[in-house]
Amino acid sequence: MAFDAQAERNFKVVGTRVTRPDGIDKVTGKAAYGADVSAPGMLHGRILRSPHAHARIVSIDTSAAKALTGVKAVVTGTDLAQPEDEAFADVAINCLARDKVLYDGHAVAAVAATSKAIAKQAIRLIKVNYEKLPHVTDVDEAMKPDAPVVQEGRALETVPAGMSQNVTTHCQFGHGDLEAGFAKADKIIERSFKTAATHQGYIEPQACMASLGSDGRGEVWCCTQGQYMVRANCAAALGVEESQLRITASEIGGGFGGKTSTFIEPVALALSRKAGKPVKIVMTRDEVLKATGPTISTSMDIKIGMTKDGRITAARGELRYSGGAYPNATVDMGAQAAFAAYDLEAVETVGWNAMTNRPKEIPYRAPGAPTAIYAVESVVDELCQELGLDPLDVRLMNAARKGTRSSYGPTFNEIGLVATLEAAKAHPHYTAPLGPNQGRGLSCGFWFNFGGNTCVSLNINDDGTIGVVEGNPDIGGSRASISMMAAEELGVPYDKVRTVIADTSSLGFNDITDGSRVTFAVGLATIEAARAAIKEMCRRVAKIWDIDEEAVIWEDGCAKPAGPNAGTHPPMTLAEIAAIAGKTGGPIAGHHEVNADGAGVSFGVHLCDTEVDRETGAVKILRYTVFQDAGKAVHPDYVEGQMQGGAVQGIGWALNEEYIYGEDGRLQNAGFLDYRVPVASDLPPIETVILEIPNPGHPYGVRGVGETPIVPPLAAVSNAVSRAAGVRMTELPMSPPRLLKAMTG
Amino acid sequence: MRYVKPQSFEAAATLLHEEAGIARILAGGTDVLVQLKAEMVEPDLMVDLKHLPGMREIVAEDGGFRVGAAVSGAEMGEHAALKAMWPGVVEGVELIGSSQVQSRATMAGNLCTGSPAGDSVPAMVTAGAVARVQGPDGVRDVPVVDIPTGPGKNSLAKGEFITSILLPARPDTASDAYLRFIPRTEMDIAVSSAAVSLELDSDGVVTAAHVAVGAVAPTVLLVQDAGVALVGSKLDDAAIAGLVAAVEAACNPITDKRGTIEFRTKTAGVLAKRAAHIAYARAGGQA
Repeated sequence: MAFDAQAERNFKVVGTRVTRPDGIDKVTGKAAYGADVSAPGMLHGRILRSPHAHARIVSIDTSAAKALTGVKAVVTGTDLAQPEDEAFADVAINCLARDKVLYDGHAVAAVAATSKAIAKQAIRLIKVNYEKLPHVTDVDEAMKPDAPVVQEGRALETVPAGMSQNVTTHCQFGHGDLEAGFAKADKIIERSFKTAATHQGYIEPQACMASLGSDGRGEVWCCTQGQYMVRANCAAALGVEESQLRITASEIGGGFGGKTSTFIEPVALALSRKAGKPVKIVMTRDEVLKATGPTISTSMDIKIGMTKDGRITAARGELRYSGGAYPNATVDMGAQAAFAAYDLEAVETVGWNAMTNRPKEIPYRAPGAPTAIYAVESVVDELCQELGLDPLDVRLMNAARKGTRSSYGPTFNEIGLVATLEAAKAHPHYTAPLGPNQGRGLSCGFWFNFGGNTCVSLNINDDGTIGVVEGNPDIGGSRASISMMAAEELGVPYDKVRTVIADTSSLGFNDITDGSRVTFAVGLATIEAARAAIKEMCRRVAKIWDIDEEAVIWEDGCAKPAGPNAGTHPPMTLAEIAAIAGKTGGPIAGHHEVNADGAGVSFGVHLCDTEVDRETGAVKILRYTVFQDAGKAVHPDYVEGQMQGGAVQGIGWALNEEYIYGEDGRLQNAGFLDYRVPVASDLPPIETVILEIPNPGHPYGVRGVGETPIVPPLAAVSNAVSRAAGVRMTELPMSPPRLLKAMTG
Repeated sequence: MRYVKPQSFEAAATLLHEEAGIARILAGGTDVLVQLKAEMVEPDLMVDLKHLPGMREIVAEDGGFRVGAAVSGAEMGEHAALKAMWPGVVEGVELIGSSQVQSRATMAGNLCTGSPAGDSVPAMVTAGAVARVQGPDGVRDVPVVDIPTGPGKNSLAKGEFITSILLPARPDTASDAYLRFIPRTEMDIAVSSAAVSLELDSDGVVTAAHVAVGAVAPTVLLVQDAGVALVGSKLDDAAIAGLVAAVEAACNPITDKRGTIEFRTKTAGVLAKRAAHIAYARAGGQA
């Protein structure tokens, strides 16, 4: 759907900072999260997990657990179906292992009992006989031909023969003559980088309550970013039809991409099917870190050539990602995003994915992009340093803009990169003085954004209020933004609109809340649904006034005669029309179903000042500013919140967050003590500058904003630290022992 | 699990002594309750001591202060006179956990947990603090430095527990300081730490010095040579170099997920140096 051709739209609601609809419930503790519901007769489920990184399951003896008083069901991998579809099969096998355990924490069996204490006791009575296998957790090691094989026969046809069976994906993007490009360069820098796997770190652990009866009908209440995805995964894993499962998404305590898969719902359903009672499973933090989605871990080589005045002549990247124990295509997105900010004559990116004995990778804001762009932006920064060039000027000189053929193929439409870079250059942060041991880093960031399958139903209530029904869990303020767009379009106050998130049986299919899609795509569908309702209201009013439908227009929340020829009828408000809807043809509603495209790519620029302690390797973030093109910021508080949150998560990725594996292949830091996300006192206020370059693909110009902000911080922080420390850092996280070692040699 | 709230220290000691299974003491509970929740331990007996006489009190004694074993970090931080006399000890206690944990966590619990990284322990050691221990056979006083014996272990016998800790008197021209290294700014466990306690004469010359380091050996270490290096100086470069060298020589750390041997050793020296300067300034010394 195209951007509205109004020259300068005067928004009344969109762009204001209205009160969030979920605020009171959340601060008073009333909001119902995944673990907050119970049912009569409910049982408590608990999962037994592998203590080994890689082992064959020789046998599982559940007899003692089953014999324990209070135990109502025990399930293992054979209690789940084996879906033909590989993606569904991977989810099912990840929920309960069958022949092999693939990582430390892989689920092996589960029990349902009348109390948590009995469930815990029962888990200990399950005897699993493992045959330990050699394991591999490092991506470079996993790619070696003699590496232990995590899964056999999973490589795509694109992978050349003769490589380790762990290598599942090979991709390549780019254009131009690399050799000629590098020949034109005055300076070429080639560097290798490594980044550790990180976790989304949402506060609410996965939780669900599920019920599946002998009639094959089931209900699930769960914390998820996509109830329709849960339905599909559960239907496949349980071998039931989607129509028989009703999935309701709870309030959600953070997702960041991490709740776009299922880990416990199929298990709870399988237990419930056996026990004949509802089963609740709540993951512990330890389980969340061990068995739900971390990001990819990476190893990357980047080579860039530059002329002495700053023009990039050629660029090449080779990315080796591991998405854990299953095939995964995140490297495709990394390879496409790596050089997206640049207008390049010659560019090539090659990507590989290799399986390792780590948990299955699950998306985390802009999956694949932060690491690839970290490596690219590090080399660009080093080239600027070596050639004595201003890093912002160099990025401006090479920036992708409208008409640029992107490094991954498509030609860009309206994009905000140059405007964002210019805003950064004009900001006082960029020229603020730095003290000793301080450094300033800069990075561009990019994300594709996504539209996708969307259904919205909009009801005009008889009291003149509006109910919007949509199907995407709200992880970033989408309910407020959707209500605002409905209010804007209908011309009613924001507080007359309430947006609710439907269960899977109450609304047509919606893609998951991902790809920064919801405010864009659901917003677009909401505007169209409102327009449908308006059309119907105008039709009703035309009947009352006994004039042509086309002679009624909608303005400021009222139906009005289109002009003098339509008569002198006084305007009818939405409330007046709604009140008599029963007499004019029945209830009034609008709906819209779409597979939305035109999401519009998104760019951001981050500036970061750091100070390093030369004696300890400690890094202090002194100042941080985020510049981002939001298209149109529907609710600026939420947009700023996304920009700040992404920056903070990226700072954590850069400085301290990492999955640490021992020689035994077991995760050593499955808790928030040693998996270190930043705390409030680690951070300065994150300043934000929103740019609004309308997205041509949305009626109000909206772009997704949720993912781009996590892309630049890795390089922005690393470039700042490298400049402050006087040594180029090439590995994340830059934890104090690593930085101190780099500084002292 | 049985939860018991005995009516006297003697009764508590008898209960603990006679328990055949696993017994745990509840004072602040900030370790025990976390261990329970994490399913690290399933005690058969939990003995609550917080209500017993003196457990929640800070009282002046012989010019110093006796701190009850259930006094929280927050309560110590609000005790102006205690904080003025032993600022290093108090700042160590106040670094344990979050604000919420501070309202419960105790110095005695931090000591008995036996973590080499316990934040209150190095400054207690440099203060020469003495723990009063109740046992089935009566009461004894034990220097704090002798309580921890290794990670998770202490020298108390079955049935013994600490009822209070005495922070002794000190002159006005004396003070102390505690610093730790953590990768974040709060909510963390020391990768290395150091406490320094100094006494000065009227010219600002160090007349007595005690230095202890944490998280660089199986227990908190009192580094005698490091103290010796400072005595007779005004913390000039040579004295500081001697301090750092002595600390580094004493360190015997491990490499683990929190830090390497090299990192812990290097930072322990850096922290000792920085803590010495803070303690010196607090004691009124002019560098």
